[in-house]
Formats: sequence, C-alpha cells, structure tokens
Amino acid sequence: MAKTAEFRTCPTTGLKVDLTAERLIKANAVVAVVFLAIGGLFGLLVALTRWPAVHFLPADWFYLALTAHGFDVLLVWIIFFEMAVLYFASAVLLGSRLAGPKFAWAGFVLMLVGALITNVAVLRGQSSVMFTSYVPMMAEPSFYLGIILFAVGALIGVFVFFGTLVVAKQEKTYEGSIPLVTFGALTAAIIAVFTIASGAIILIPTLLWSLGFISYIDPLLYKTIWWGMGHSSQQINVAAHVAVWYAIAAMVFGAKPLSEKVSRMAFLMYILFLQLASAHHLLVEPGMSSEWKIFNTSYAMYLAVLGSMVHGMTVPGSIEAAQRARGLTKGMFEWLRKAPWSNPAFAGMFMSLVFFGFIGGISGVVMGTEQINLIMHNTIYVPGHFHGTVVAGTTLAFMSITYLLVPLIFRRELMFKKLAQWQPYVFGIGVAGISMFMMGAGTLGVARRQWDMTFADAQLPFDYPSAAFLMMGLNGMAAVMAAVGGLMFIVVVVGSVFFGRKLGIDEKPSYPEVPPQASESLSHYGSAEKLHIPGTVMLVSIFFIAFVLYYFVNWKYLSEVWPLS
Amino acid sequence: MAITSPSERIWWKQPIARIELIWIIVAFIWGLIMFFMMIYWHGAGEQNLSNEAYKITPVRFAEKAQTMIDEYTVRQENGFPVVRPPPGSDVYLIARLWQWWPILELEKDQSYRLHLSSMDWQHGFSLQPVNINIQVHPGYDMVVTVKPDQAGEYGVVCNEFCGIGHHNMVGKIYVVE
Repeated sequence: MAKTAEFRTCPTTGLKVDLTAERLIKANAVVAVVFLAIGGLFGLLVALTRWPAVHFLPADWFYLALTAHGFDVLLVWIIFFEMAVLYFASAVLLGSRLAGPKFAWAGFVLMLVGALITNVAVLRGQSSVMFTSYVPMMAEPSFYLGIILFAVGALIGVFVFFGTLVVAKQEKTYEGSIPLVTFGALTAAIIAVFTIASGAIILIPTLLWSLGFISYIDPLLYKTIWWGMGHSSQQINVAAHVAVWYAIAAMVFGAKPLSEKVSRMAFLMYILFLQLASAHHLLVEPGMSSEWKIFNTSYAMYLAVLGSMVHGMTVPGSIEAAQRARGLTKGMFEWLRKAPWSNPAFAGMFMSLVFFGFIGGISGVVMGTEQINLIMHNTIYVPGHFHGTVVAGTTLAFMSITYLLVPLIFRRELMFKKLAQWQPYVFGIGVAGISMFMMGAGTLGVARRQWDMTFADAQLPFDYPSAAFLMMGLNGMAAVMAAVGGLMFIVVVVGSVFFGRKLGIDEKPSYPEVPPQASESLSHYGSAEKLHIPGTVMLVSIFFIAFVLYYFVNWKYLSEVWPLS
Repeated sequence: MAITSPSERIWWKQPIARIELIWIIVAFIWGLIMFFMMIYWHGAGEQNLSNEAYKITPVRFAEKAQTMIDEYTVRQENGFPVVRPPPGSDVYLIARLWQWWPILELEKDQSYRLHLSSMDWQHGFSLQPVNINIQVHPGYDMVVTVKPDQAGEYGVVCNEFCGIGHHNMVGKIYVVE
C-alpha cells in the first residue's frame, strides 16, 4: 500500500477529509471555472452575433467561436466540475482515502492537455466544424486528438472514483449503504463509462481518417455513435446535477430523502435507459426505421423520463418535509416562502430544479417525439432546449454547490456576499430567457448555427417573419444578462478562492448558512404514514398540466404542416 | 440525509408513501400515452416519414436529378432552373455547397416523391415558413412523399452547418394552384 493518506476533520460536518482528494477537488473545480469563463465569453460573442441589430462577429469568427463555445462549456467546464463532484461524493462523503491519487492527477493532466490541444486547434481557424464535427467535414487531426486525450483523462478519473468506493467499502469507512448523493454520482460515473467508450469508438477512427489512414467514414454511422457520446454525456450531467440537488437539500435544510428506495430506483432508470438518447438526433435521418426511432427516442417507453419526474417530486418534497418538520407548516407554501432565498446555494438549486423541469425537460420530451421532431430538428429550438437543461439545469446547480464548496473545501470565507446573493437570479433568469427566446425563434423556423438570418448574400432571397428577429434580439439581451450573471459568479468564486479570508482549522463558515446538526433533529420524518407535502403536490401538478398541454399543442402544430409520408 | 448513509439500514424494505406511489403511476401512464401517441400517429396522422432510403453515390444522384431537370425545366431564375415535374413523379433536390438545386415548382394537393441527398457534406433541408426539417446526408437518398397543401413561395434554408457559406444556402419551392 502507498503511504498513508492524510486527513483533516471538517468542523461543520464532522467528516474526515482526505487532503489529496481535497486538492484534486480544488484543482478540478478551478480549471472548470476557468473554462466556464472562456466558453461563456465565446457564448456571449455568439449571442451578440445572432442578435440581428448587433451582428457582432464576421462569419468565420462566428463559426469558430460557436465551435469553441460548445466544446469549452458543454464538455470541458462540465466534465472538470463533474470530476470534482465524483471525488467529493466518494472520498469526502464516505470519509475515505482516495484510491490511486497519482492516477487521478494523471487523469487531470491528460484532461487539461487535451482541452488545451483542442482549443488551440479551434483557434487556429481550420477546425470550425462545430462541437459535433459531423463527417465528412474535416477538422485538423489535433482537434480530435485533444478530445480523445480529454476523454481518456476523464475515464481515469471515473475509475479512481470506482476504486475509492471499493477502498471505502473494504476499509469500512461508512456503515450500511452509500449515501444517495454518492449513489447519484455512481450513476453519473457508470453512464460516463458508456459515454467515453462511444466517444473512443467513433473519434479514434475519425482521427485516423483526418490523418489519411482511413478513407471513408459513413456519416450516418458517425452520427449514431457520436451521439452515443454526445447525448449520453448530457445524461452524466443530469445524474450529477440531480445528485447535487439532493446534496444541497441535505446541506442547507438537513433534508432527508422521502424514500431511499424511490430515489435510487429513479437513478437506476437513468443507468438502464438514458443511453438510448442517441436517437434524439436521428429522428429525421435516412436509414433508420420508425420502430427503432420510437423505442430509442422514448428511452423504452419514457422510463428515464419517469426517473426525472420522480426526482422532480422527491427533491422539493424532501425540502418541504424538512421545512415542515421545522415548524413552517402554514398553508401550502410557507415552507417555500420562508426558504432561504438569499442563500445563493439554495436559490440557484431551486431555480435549477424548476427550469430544468419546466423548460429543459418538457421541451426535450416534446422535441424528442418522433414526428414532432420534424418541425424542430436543427432549428434554434434545439439550443433553446439544451440551454434549459445544461445551463439553467446543470451549470446553475454546479454554481450553487460551489457556494458551499468554497467555505467547506477551499476553506475560504465567501467574498462579495451581496453579489453572491443576486448571482443565481441574474444568471438563472438570463438563461431562462435565452432558452425561451431561442425556442420561440425555433418554432418560427430560425436555423441554429447560422451566421446571417437575413440571408443578405444568398443567391435566392428568403425572409424569416419579423417576430423571429424580435425573438433573436431578446435572446441577445437575455444572453447579456446571463453573461453578467456568469461574470458575477467568476468574480465571487475566483475572488474568494484566491483572496478570501482563510478559515481557521476549527472554524465553521458563517455563510452561506448551514443549519447545525439538522440531521439529528429531523431524522424521523418522512416515513410513509406521516408524509405531508401538499405544496410539492401542487407544484408537481402544475408541472404535469403544463407538460400535457404543451405536448398536445405541438401535435396540433405538426398536424398543420404539409402532409408527409 | 442524502449525504449520509441511509438511516434505516434495510432501506429497501421501507414502505413508499402513497403520494409518491401515485406520482410514479401517473408519470408511468403518461409515458405510455406519449409512447403510443407516436405509434397512433403513424396510422392516424398525416405527417410521418416513410423511412424509405437508399445508398447512392453523389454522382449517380446528380445524374438522376439532371435527367429530371433536362426533361421538365420550364424557366430560369437567378441562374437556377425552375423545374415542374408531373404530379406523382420522383423529384430530386440536390444539396451541395452552398445551393439547393434546382428550384422546384409543385402543384397544390398533389403528391411527389421528393428525393434528398447531398453531394458533399451534411445539410439540413428546412422548408420555410412551413417549418419541416429533414437531415440530408451524402451517400443516402432519402425519399419523402410530400403533398403541399397551400399555394405560395417557400424557402429552403440549410439548417445543418456546412462551412463558411452555410448562411447563403437558400433554395426555393413554388407551389401553384
């Protein structure tokens, strides 16, 4: 065995924290935030260019910036942060030493090198192929090489996570089963293995093709396997941010899951069915049968959607139960009204939950319906949808937990508390605006990944309706708001991490507030007989009605277009 | 708590609260409804893809399109041939950097077997303002039977990124009474 790991004891939670794991969490989180800043800046440039009145970048720079934006935020920021989440959910929550810290560092370095290589390739200007890099459009070999190295590094991190679970089990650092949050992280890690394997299967041949060793890659085959990585990697995010929701509910409210069994089953649904989602990108392609499309696009009869809908009740439900146990029992919503809305960890987490469900979730299911996809595929409705899931959902959730990680892991007092308090609102509402306005423009037909919606230089003229221009203008404004929110986050986090007051070894952070020993007093609510969560039931009912209405409205829209068969 | 091990060791034997169970059942049934809705639409709905597709080389597809263009061109517009094929026939639309070739003129309420394929990279057939969107691959001939139900002038926008001229790739379809 390697030399003994060193630990400290967390004064807030009493958890034993492996110092190597802590350093890895810090390194991954810091790099993640740096890439969020870079990728976010590219995103702002893209949105300003698509704002018709501003039309900021020239065409070649626009396509370059869009490629960089997709890679840096969708992959690099999120996966680096997920590495931090994995190490936190394994070593820290289980009070265990990290398995193979040297491997973990090697993985970190590989990811960083890979991310830099691909960024350089994109910035050189010969690899503006978009994040998806559909063949036969070709990027420089280093574009693919960087992604492959990044993926290998991530895979190493995932195996360090698995190893740590084994170590913790063998060394009996915890009693009984692993915590729900760790279970959620395990879900994310298992999906990550599938994701990275798909990426390797398609990107290694693509690298060889760009080097000239392979002459042909079938474009449909490429898409099918590429989305085995591309979409599944978004499912890692879903599993990870749901785990983060549970973690924040536990840390801020001492909330206990309503039912371990139900929540874990819901995670299991993700493992079993989420990978089928490659089909979401192939609904209007040649060469796939409708049977294949229907089965896959619905995750085998919507069983993964079922998982998300369950979390959508159990997460707010556990918060409501905790608040009611604390005496906030008046009416339907006192528990929610008197929730700590000035605590950015909670405010961001709750907005992430609502936006993910209402905006990202509903639009995703509707758009992923075999026939309805015909009126949405590749319109800007698609980025509208996934900014609702990945930005308003995942990124906002990750930002929220960062407000807890800064004092607990970085051991720094949070600076600029007022800024931090407003940040989730500015960012969250900005992103919700981005999503909704892009979806609006998409239903009016506006194409995604497109530099000039006026078609000024086209050989044949075409005009989108003026409402579409309005939507894209509003989208630009919402993007500016989100960018301001993003900048506020960076200022608070970077400022605190590097210049915040260091917390003493036994000092409990005073902000954001975490209730002392919440778990003790609340450990017995939530059993089957006593559960009383009328507010959550109301929220879930509103969600369900919105879902059903929006679903059928889109069938109505579909029924009005040209008959096709 | 969710960040600690379950307080009941045998958590899988704990009962599930009724309200959770109801929600699971509702969500499950809703999933089934959405699933069968897609199947139902294949029978009852008018907007479905037949998934009829063939492997084809770009050269062969271009030949077929050229045959159609030679036979049925009725006029020229901005350097594009305007082709008016007979109702019910096979109609070819070439996607290439950065054109939809040729311009088609179709009759309202008549069916056409529209063939889509790319000469080079992937493209996106986006019929506006109807907002019908279909992916176009090189090497695949996708056949969609379309029945335009309103006369007018329609734009075909490319909505799959296809390089620096992507935003100039606009085609046209006329539907006449």
